[in-house]
Amino acid sequence: MRTPLNRVRGLGPAHSGTGHFWLQRLTAIANIPLVIYFVFLIATLAGRSHATVTATLGEPVVALLLLAAILSITMHMRVGMQVIIEDYIHDEGLKITLVVLNTFFTVGVGLSAAFAVFRISLGL
Amino acid sequence: MIEHKTRVERPLSPHLQIYRLTITMAMSIVHRIVGSALYFGMLLFVWWLFAAGNARDFDRINGWIGTWFGQLILFGFTWALLHHMLGGIRHLIWDTTRGLEPGEREMLAWATLIGSVTLTVIVWIVAFMMRS
Ligand code: HEM
Repeated sequence: MRTPLNRVRGLGPAHSGTGHFWLQRLTAIANIPLVIYFVFLIATLAGRSHATVTATLGEPVVALLLLAAILSITMHMRVGMQVIIEDYIHDEGLKITLVVLNTFFTVGVGLSAAFAVFRISLGL
Repeated sequence: MIEHKTRVERPLSPHLQIYRLTITMAMSIVHRIVGSALYFGMLLFVWWLFAAGNARDFDRINGWIGTWFGQLILFGFTWALLHHMLGGIRHLIWDTTRGLEPGEREMLAWATLIGSVTLTVIVWIVAFMMRS
């Protein structure tokens, strides 16, 4: 016999169990050093000349760290926003629509940011 | 859909409006609001990165950053990142079941608020010193 509790056990509103919780924590830990670096990069580069910014982002170490930050942040953003959607939206159709849009948005942000970094560091 | 036929009749907990706002509550809400703001704020960062593709676009964006409003957004964005980071670290501490006692919770909540403002100011001071 499958009781209601048995059916949902370990799955929750997203039907994916604790996977998202874990990914949220994993990316949160990765984000700590990466975001510190990211904040520092923003503070030192904002408002600087085009030549300075492209030269800095052209450094392989800077570009790599920035790419790592973009990857970790966008993965984390995606899970985080999905949790918010699941908390407040109870209509199944709307919830799925928003979860899909959330994935498109975060992947879009990640890919375009990565593309822009590549373009700068390859000097295109 | 699962029907709950055996609903237990028990008193409902008080609604949010009649709770006294505490610092832990406030910081919990702020963590979510700031996380959402960062979510959309990342678009500004992508815009800036794309503008770096050519000098003319970049000069335009720099002009915008130079205004008081641009500076405010910039400072706010870095504060939001650091505040959410400290709030997140607080969550990670809680995940180890530490820091949940009365007193400790309040201390951690104040630490995220005061710490984030202090860190943001320090980051900008250091950044300005490195520029000149
Ligand atoms: C700096 C390092 C960061 C750490 C340590 C961190 C940590 C966390 C943690 C632990 C949570 C889960 C909170 C909970 O369970 O209620 C969370 C939620 C979230 N984070 Fe982050 N985060 C970081 C950076 C970021 C960044 C850069 C963004 C966006 C650009 C972001 C967006 C979000 C969102 C949207 C949520 C969901 C909010 C909620 O459920 O209330 N985080 N973060």
